[in-house]
Amino acid sequence: MSLPASRSPEVKTNASLMKFEKVRGLFGYSLTLFSVFIILLAVISIYVFVFSKGLSTFFVDKLHVWDFLSGTEWNPTRGEEAGGPIYGVFAFIYASFVVTFLSAVIAAPIGIGSAIFMTEIAPKWGRKVLQPVVELLVGIPSVVYGFTGLTLLVPFIRQYIGGLGFSLLAGVIVLSIMILPTITSIAVDTLLTVSPEIKAGSYALGATRWQTIWRLIMRASAPGFVTAVIFGMARAFGEALAVQMVIGNSKKMPESLLDPGSTITSVITMNMGNTVPGTLENNVLWSLALILLLMSTVFIFAVRLIGQRGRLMN
Amino acid sequence: MNAKLADRLATLVFICIAALLVIILIGLVGYLMWRGLPHLSWHFLTSPPAFSEAGGGVGPQLFNSIYVLILTMLFTVPIGVGGGIFLAEYAGNGWLTRFLRSAIEVLSSLPSIVVGLFGLLIFVQYTGWGYTILGGALALMLFNLPLMVRTSEEAIRSVPRDQKEASLALGVSHWRTITSVLLPSALPGIVTGTILTAGRAFGEAAALIFTAGMSSSRVDFTDWNPFSPLSPLNPMRSGETLAVNIWKVSSEGLVPDAREIAAGASALLVLVVLIFNLLARLLSRWLYKKMTASSV
Repeated sequence: MSLPASRSPEVKTNASLMKFEKVRGLFGYSLTLFSVFIILLAVISIYVFVFSKGLSTFFVDKLHVWDFLSGTEWNPTRGEEAGGPIYGVFAFIYASFVVTFLSAVIAAPIGIGSAIFMTEIAPKWGRKVLQPVVELLVGIPSVVYGFTGLTLLVPFIRQYIGGLGFSLLAGVIVLSIMILPTITSIAVDTLLTVSPEIKAGSYALGATRWQTIWRLIMRASAPGFVTAVIFGMARAFGEALAVQMVIGNSKKMPESLLDPGSTITSVITMNMGNTVPGTLENNVLWSLALILLLMSTVFIFAVRLIGQRGRLMN
Repeated sequence: MNAKLADRLATLVFICIAALLVIILIGLVGYLMWRGLPHLSWHFLTSPPAFSEAGGGVGPQLFNSIYVLILTMLFTVPIGVGGGIFLAEYAGNGWLTRFLRSAIEVLSSLPSIVVGLFGLLIFVQYTGWGYTILGGALALMLFNLPLMVRTSEEAIRSVPRDQKEASLALGVSHWRTITSVLLPSALPGIVTGTILTAGRAFGEAAALIFTAGMSSSRVDFTDWNPFSPLSPLNPMRSGETLAVNIWKVSSEGLVPDAREIAAGASALLVLVVLIFNLLARLLSRWLYKKMTASSV
């Protein structure tokens, strides 16, 4: 090591080899750094661009924020004598929240129940059977869910429940099946972290399985279950095509679950391709996209907050 | 109510719920196969769509789906694995790493339509490319990177520490340790992640409607020069994929057999996803045996 490098040719080659290795290492490091840089750049530019496009409705076109958010009338082709085009998106925001919330209400018990079955009731074969089921449900593309809703659910609702079939209810059912695997798999992960000692202690005290599940496991896993449901809601809120295919795309305020409606995503899907970039009608759609972006950010931070709370409690 | 009865009732309820989950999957897949399989034929898979009469196929769409998928994976895998290596081997615990992790988390839970809109802005309007297969593949890359990064990082982290330390102790440089010790052992995990990502990319439509477009430009399947405008391999043409096609013909199809086409394409899509899933399992098990020389 301390010998001067020039003493023998062998040492010299070693030195150049080491130099080569160092350059290689540096090169490899910069490659991985580049990958990470692309991801960061993508996320930051998504926020910057969607914000700048979405806010131009209010700063360039001078639309009033409150009129936009609370208005229930959407008519881009309203004549000048009637006051010109009007863009009120409350009906879409309302429908988005209603279908998201109701689908979570339906999917949460089924998802959490299945997770408990997989981990507590039949931990051996239950997981072996249900794990692939959950993975396959996650893998089915959203347009396929949409197609099934369109050809099976919509006619069913029309015939046996009433209305056109195209309705918020159809959207709710399609979404609840779509978010079911998300909720189930996160709930399973949570349940697996409950320490076996607690369970063993409970059984040793003579508690039945149900008592153990209800009084110990459910409570210990509550923050994880909330996280699971929020992830499911985030997926439901952002889902576009499956909902658009079954919800009917009416621009009116839905009055019952059997009425057709439009969600934020379905309006964007339907109109983004037919409007000219830079026009008010197009900018309004970007404002809707901004709401979508903000909501999904809220969902993520809600999950983080719960994660931190959970850690503090433990 | 006594505790034993409550316990039995609860067990029954849980069994019913779990059965419901299985029934939903079987019902869904069964329905799709029942509707779609009768329409799957060689003619359907290879012939171009018809404009107003029945009997068209999904040949170009199927080709576009595969082509978009290959391009997407070409971008996603190197960058995703690179990001995974960075997070597993180089990243410290500073604010930048925490910010990076949050960014990946945010990207992974963004609605796909938002990614599609961003793609519309950048790859369609800003670059002036118009709707292109390349733009679609880039949008899908953004959408799939978080999953790829996460699975790669997990796979690299799960390599036993001893192996890494043995390599470093022998005087092997850090980078060479990564490429010749860590990556080979992490390969089964990375391959599984890649296949699952590919399955997701194959069925994605919302991110593609505004980037790869909703029309399949006229292609000449005898011209395989990627630079010729009519070539199927030209990445700068618009290319509607199978998933986008299902959406399009279901919601605005003009052909009389739109439902049948959508049914056939849906069945095809589900079959491909099933195959990807199965492949991921088998391949990772096989690679694991081969790489670790273990008989477990």
